[in-house]
Amino acid sequence: MLFWTIVKVATKSLLANKLRSILAMLGIIIGVAAVISMLALGAGAQKRIVDRISSMGANLLIVRPGQGGHRGVRTGPVQTLTLNDAQALLDDVPTIDVIAPVVRGSGQFKYYGNNSQSVITGTSITYFPIRNFEVERGRPFTESEVEHSARVAVLGPTTVENLFEESDPLEETVKINGMNFKVVGVLKAKGDQGWSNPDDQAIIPYTTAMKQILGVDYLREIDLQAVEGADHEQVQTEATQVLRRRHRIQSEADDDFHIRNLAEMAQAASDVTQTFTILLGAVAGISLLVGGIGIMNIMLVTVTERTREIGIRKAIGAKDRDILTQFLLEAIVMSGLGGLLGVLVGVGGAEAIAQMSQFGTVIKASSVVLALSVSTAVGIFFGFYPARRAALLDPIDALRYE
Amino acid sequence: MIIEVESMTKTYSLGGSTIRALDNVSFGVETGEKVAIMGPSGSGKSTLMHLLGCLDRPDSGRYVLDKKNVSRLSKNALAEVRNRKIGFVFQTFNLLPRITALENVELPLLYAGHREARGRAEEALKIVGLSDRMYHEPNQLSGGERQRVAVARAIVTDPAIILADEPTGNLDTKTGEEIMRLFQELNDQGRTIIVVTHDPEVAVRCSRRIHIRDGQIKDSEPMPTGGE
Repeated sequence: MLFWTIVKVATKSLLANKLRSILAMLGIIIGVAAVISMLALGAGAQKRIVDRISSMGANLLIVRPGQGGHRGVRTGPVQTLTLNDAQALLDDVPTIDVIAPVVRGSGQFKYYGNNSQSVITGTSITYFPIRNFEVERGRPFTESEVEHSARVAVLGPTTVENLFEESDPLEETVKINGMNFKVVGVLKAKGDQGWSNPDDQAIIPYTTAMKQILGVDYLREIDLQAVEGADHEQVQTEATQVLRRRHRIQSEADDDFHIRNLAEMAQAASDVTQTFTILLGAVAGISLLVGGIGIMNIMLVTVTERTREIGIRKAIGAKDRDILTQFLLEAIVMSGLGGLLGVLVGVGGAEAIAQMSQFGTVIKASSVVLALSVSTAVGIFFGFYPARRAALLDPIDALRYE
Repeated sequence: MIIEVESMTKTYSLGGSTIRALDNVSFGVETGEKVAIMGPSGSGKSTLMHLLGCLDRPDSGRYVLDKKNVSRLSKNALAEVRNRKIGFVFQTFNLLPRITALENVELPLLYAGHREARGRAEEALKIVGLSDRMYHEPNQLSGGERQRVAVARAIVTDPAIILADEPTGNLDTKTGEEIMRLFQELNDQGRTIIVVTHDPEVAVRCSRRIHIRDGQIKDSEPMPTGGE
């Protein structure tokens, strides 16, 4: 029989029992909506993490001191990285373009009556380009200011807000741990990154930080920028060799430092969200399955109710295959329609989540296609048994059915 | 001969005992005849109708319909025979609800994969005098009109035989008369009609009566006047 005639008959019989059809579709609607919004939530989280990590800087590798000790005895973080290590990396590894030595500590900031506890980052001027920091107002400090351990600071916008409120911070003097610093620049906001807030800190020359403020000889990290297009793995290997040689580490001993590259960090973060997304999606998928059982149930009722109709159709020449197709199509129309409504609800739900919470959501076309095809497949799978039962009815029995 | 039945037998097992619903039945129907099959309930009348209508297969014997032996066909092949060679008219009309009269009449053609289903269905409805009610659904039609739609559905495929099962059973006398007149017109146009009934009023309008009792044909008598 003609395809569209069947679809029309199927739609009509769905419309004739509106409440029942909607209740039967509800499981599919909820399942699809849940799949769509959960996947959107997962994709949104992933996008946020990747965005944050890439805002830290391109081609960035970070060397940090590692756990010390040997023969399985860990002795806590050790102070192994020196300025000479940093220089050696720049000199000996050709694929390293720029380096920035970094020391960090926290400090008490004071400007007239305002106090704030913020991070002090002591580094070189190369830190700004490596870490993608832009100076929005004023200027970064200069090479000669670093050389002379000048007391100059570039403040993050949050720190400025805390200390200066409305007034202009440029050329003003703030007290950091009791010492006067001249504010020469203000950073452009990057946004809170969760584990640290780059907008709440003072960036000062590392010379000043090491000798006058923090009193340390060792670096907290060395930031490396690889030359454009360099293989990060390769850079990592070469840098490791240089540092092992300088630290005189025996060939069987562990490194006393570790090197991270951003691609690795982004990968690790997206692996975590990927796992969550799959878990959430699987839970949502189970509700799709339950929805399928709802459709099967209602189809079995429909087949029983319409036994006489099946008898009439068979009497006037419908073959088993025609009846099978008809009822299968009805199940598919139901699950497909449920799927479409579910997409609408899911997209709306994802939008509502994005509006009402801090979680961003990203609806991917692939997840819509996935949800729709799964719901259609559910219709075929759970519609087949009732449809087959209808097709195999004996015409005489079916015609006699009251 | 349009129908040749030779020693057809059909048995059913009911609660352990075997019932011989049809016992060695033989008869024939000529093209253009109007035959009444009569008998009390339980006589095997319904079984005979199901077999003639290709809704079921005999256990033994031969049934040749329109020069084709249909007694050993597969389920699918029987469906095709029902679609092409047989037009059913039922006591309870058996129209599909929720679709129009026209769509009901179209249905057999759609199952046959016909291209000009709409036009032929309109033609059939015109023959039964329902051109003005084509777009009504069955529940908007009177009993007589519904049976006319059923007749239109039966003749739309131009079948070899029209098989009517108590076609006036659910109608009042006047409307029943109208339907019988319609059958007469169709018969006059040369169509073969077989009516299963227990109503003598209906049987009297047929050219021949076949009486069936206990699964066997008792007598086959032509009407003295050869019909009306």
